[in-house]
Amino acid sequence: MTRELTKPLPRNWWLKKAAYFRFMMRELTSVAVLAYTLLIVWTLGSAANSGGFSTLYAFLSTSLSVSLHVVILALALYHTGTWIALTPKVMVLWRDDERVDPDFIAGVTGISFLMITGATIWLVLM
Amino acid sequence: MGVSDRTVLEVYRYLPENQTEPTFQTYEIDSQDNWVVLDALNHIKAEIDSTLSFRWSCRMGVCGSCGMMVNGEPKLTCETFIRDYDTMTVRIEPLNHFPVIRDLVINMDDFMEKLPTVSPWLIPDQDKPLDEGEYLQTPGQVARYKRFSMCINCMLCYSACPVYGLDSSFTGPAALALAERYNLDSRDHGRKERAATVTAHEGIWECTYVGECTQVCPKDVDPAGAIQMLKLSYALDWAKSVVMPKRGRS
Repeated sequence: MTRELTKPLPRNWWLKKAAYFRFMMRELTSVAVLAYTLLIVWTLGSAANSGGFSTLYAFLSTSLSVSLHVVILALALYHTGTWIALTPKVMVLWRDDERVDPDFIAGVTGISFLMITGATIWLVLM
Repeated sequence: MGVSDRTVLEVYRYLPENQTEPTFQTYEIDSQDNWVVLDALNHIKAEIDSTLSFRWSCRMGVCGSCGMMVNGEPKLTCETFIRDYDTMTVRIEPLNHFPVIRDLVINMDDFMEKLPTVSPWLIPDQDKPLDEGEYLQTPGQVARYKRFSMCINCMLCYSACPVYGLDSSFTGPAALALAERYNLDSRDHGRKERAATVTAHEGIWECTYVGECTQVCPKDVDPAGAIQMLKLSYALDWAKSVVMPKRGRS
């Protein structure tokens, strides 16, 4: 019986290749978005219960809060981009016997995302 | 013959009868401009060191035998040109995530055992007699699955997949892509039969879509895409079974 060598994956495998790093960032950004969502729900709940929305508004206009939201926005956009890129992999459409161009599907998904986001912002600011 | 170039090959060596740990052996060779990595290995074996072990067969990107890590990337060495590497040193190792038997030779038993679990063959709803002729398909029906049928079982995708590297119980990219290849075939009715393996924890749901399997595939099979399509179709099956429990899908 020959002895076979097995080489376990090192703990820092995701630092060994740019593609692995981008994958890990995609996964971690989802954690950040979830954490932010929970924080917002908790903050709004606390403010509503204590009737202290003015304190919340004051915090939201600080440079710390603005910086935090810029970072969260960047993470959320990165994560969204990965899903838009994934869409044509899952949504394989055919026009007669010809596959619809994956870039077209990703483009339509991206434009839809921008339009829905724009409409949501418009509704909130109205 | 092209121009001769001095090339240094760092080759992974493991001789189980003498070693407990692998080493790297350096070979300096005069490589030709038109040499692929496999040519260099064959030159070493023929002219310098006959003890070096590695697999190869067709030398034209069809058999899938000569997969190795070349400068850290899974490659078919028969179609990887030495001239494409800027560095003078090219490092050659056995495919990642597989047990090494000797030098560059890996044990592929795990893959060979997993492959038949997805029933990668046509399962017709009923056999028809030979005198009724072939099962005909339109070009459009072939186009639906053709890409996924180009797999040559080279296992580069397994070597690029960190999920398989972390948990070897994962059915893996090539086997799952083949499952989708047959699921998409108009002559096949075996998707229900494949569901047990494909939708098991070790199947599609283990995949976290790193996507490198698709990047390294020498035949553009897109296993990552196939797995995402499997996830969607079997998730829809499940949803339909909940909403309309009396209507099954063949």
